[in-house]
Amino acid sequence: MSQTTLERPAPAAEPAHAARPKRRLGGGTLLFIYTWLVILWLIVPIFVMIAFSFNDTKGRYNQEWQGFTFKWYGKIFEIEDLTKALWTSLIIAVISSLLSGALGTGIGYALGRYRFRGSGTLNLIMFATISSPELIMGASLLSLFVSLALGLGAVTITIAHVMFSISFVATIVRARVVTLDRSIEEAAADLGASAWTTFWKVTFPIILPAVFSGVLLAFALSIDDFVVTNFTAGSVTTFPLWIWGSTRVGLPPQVNVMGTLIFAVGVLIAVITNIRSRSGKRG
Amino acid sequence: MDRVKRQLAPYFLVLPGGLWLLLFFAIPMIAMLSLSLQQGDIVNGYQFTFHWQNYTDAIDSYHTQLIRSLIYGAVATIFLIVLAFPVAYWIAFYGGKRKSTYLFLLLLPFFVSFVLRTISWRQILTDDGPVLKPLKEIGLLSDSYHILGTPAAVIGGLVYNFLPFMVLPIYVALERIDPRVVEAARDLYANPATAFRKVILPLALPGVFAGVLMSFVPVSSDYVNSEVLGSSSTTMIGQVIQAQYLVNSDYPTASALSFILMAVLLVGIFAYARALGTEDVMKVAAR
Repeated sequence: MSQTTLERPAPAAEPAHAARPKRRLGGGTLLFIYTWLVILWLIVPIFVMIAFSFNDTKGRYNQEWQGFTFKWYGKIFEIEDLTKALWTSLIIAVISSLLSGALGTGIGYALGRYRFRGSGTLNLIMFATISSPELIMGASLLSLFVSLALGLGAVTITIAHVMFSISFVATIVRARVVTLDRSIEEAAADLGASAWTTFWKVTFPIILPAVFSGVLLAFALSIDDFVVTNFTAGSVTTFPLWIWGSTRVGLPPQVNVMGTLIFAVGVLIAVITNIRSRSGKRG
Repeated sequence: MDRVKRQLAPYFLVLPGGLWLLLFFAIPMIAMLSLSLQQGDIVNGYQFTFHWQNYTDAIDSYHTQLIRSLIYGAVATIFLIVLAFPVAYWIAFYGGKRKSTYLFLLLLPFFVSFVLRTISWRQILTDDGPVLKPLKEIGLLSDSYHILGTPAAVIGGLVYNFLPFMVLPIYVALERIDPRVVEAARDLYANPATAFRKVILPLALPGVFAGVLMSFVPVSSDYVNSEVLGSSSTTMIGQVIQAQYLVNSDYPTASALSFILMAVLLVGIFAYARALGTEDVMKVAAR
């Protein structure tokens, strides 16, 4: 951060009596305060969730503040169904993000690299999956599974998650492939590399960061998904579904602990990948 | 041989993913259409009979919830534009080197489960919670005052949950504006208000359009906020569809309702697109 401060032109360089910067500062300050108020508003529920993971609540209900404790972090896995639901969510997220990573990369690479018939239709379908309401996707998938008399469960959830993640992965990968410098691939071919070798030794390492962010996004979409999962789960319970089911009876502090940990890990990964991609661009 | 291979390559790459989208996105829509025209019940099974009555029955029974959802969606979208624009504007023009940090802060809620975030609001806004209790104790509000269960709570929750979907596209549009264009307007004696109205606003419009597209559709079909923060008088169409599918297993009614909602949303989007000019829509769609 100190580096960025140094890069900025020193404010002293401008004459102190200049009227223009002052007027700009007036509107800017107001907007600055406003922006921070909005950010604060966005963070309030997160703060409440984290705070109540440290609440020394007596009963199963976690509604009123009763003092600070770490004990729920030690008892995180004490509610069996909840732990199971979290594991189910994690396993589905891993499988569906890897699968949609592979399938989405194929589409993204083809769309970025080649001109082919049907690419317009494919773009349209991808746009439709990204912009369709989750409710409609969930409802239509359930309609299909009902029509086929297919049993619902972890498999149908995974199928659904892969479906709505593919387009996101493909979009991210395509954006990277489009900016690819073709001359590098040509150089590899000139040096006698086969198309196969060129792809794995030259092209793939270049697009790997995009594939990686696509997989991460798919993982995040999957682990947080409620609506589509709600329709395709049958009797299987994922983490968001478990929370939904316990809303009426009140949430135990373990949910806050898990929510807090997922939040912390997510933010950490985002910050690390951001820093890495920045240093990658500079170096 | 090599040329044939190269010509076929994109199809091999696209095939698995494309097949997946066909099987689990396109075909389900057809399955839903077929289900919406069937007759019968869960015990005796369903028959395809072109039973259009499912549609008229669904509209007869649930038009209140459908219209309510569209009104909530519209109100929430207007609030979203008003709330999001200044934030996007400040980050784009005053964010300096910290732009991405501010955007990251705006995205923080996405690191918490959607359901959990909404339940958190319920905890905050509950009748004897941290907001209402103190206000009631000092006599600013009457003891019977409540927010939960009202349209305000539901719309508030919707605005909260979808704000980043509005900020980001507007930000992207504003960020692309060349500051020299604004300076040129100022040099030509436009005052700040005129420069904003004649230069910045028209250039920001595609972003606002994208934001509306990305928020109005999910907001009006949402059922989590109205379920967690609302009451029986704020029931939205999403809740009806969810209950018909998952609680009552009345699949024909549920799928007919889903199609009606989809049709209404599509018509709404195209009407809106026509009003703004199709060129903008294509630009947004192409992104």
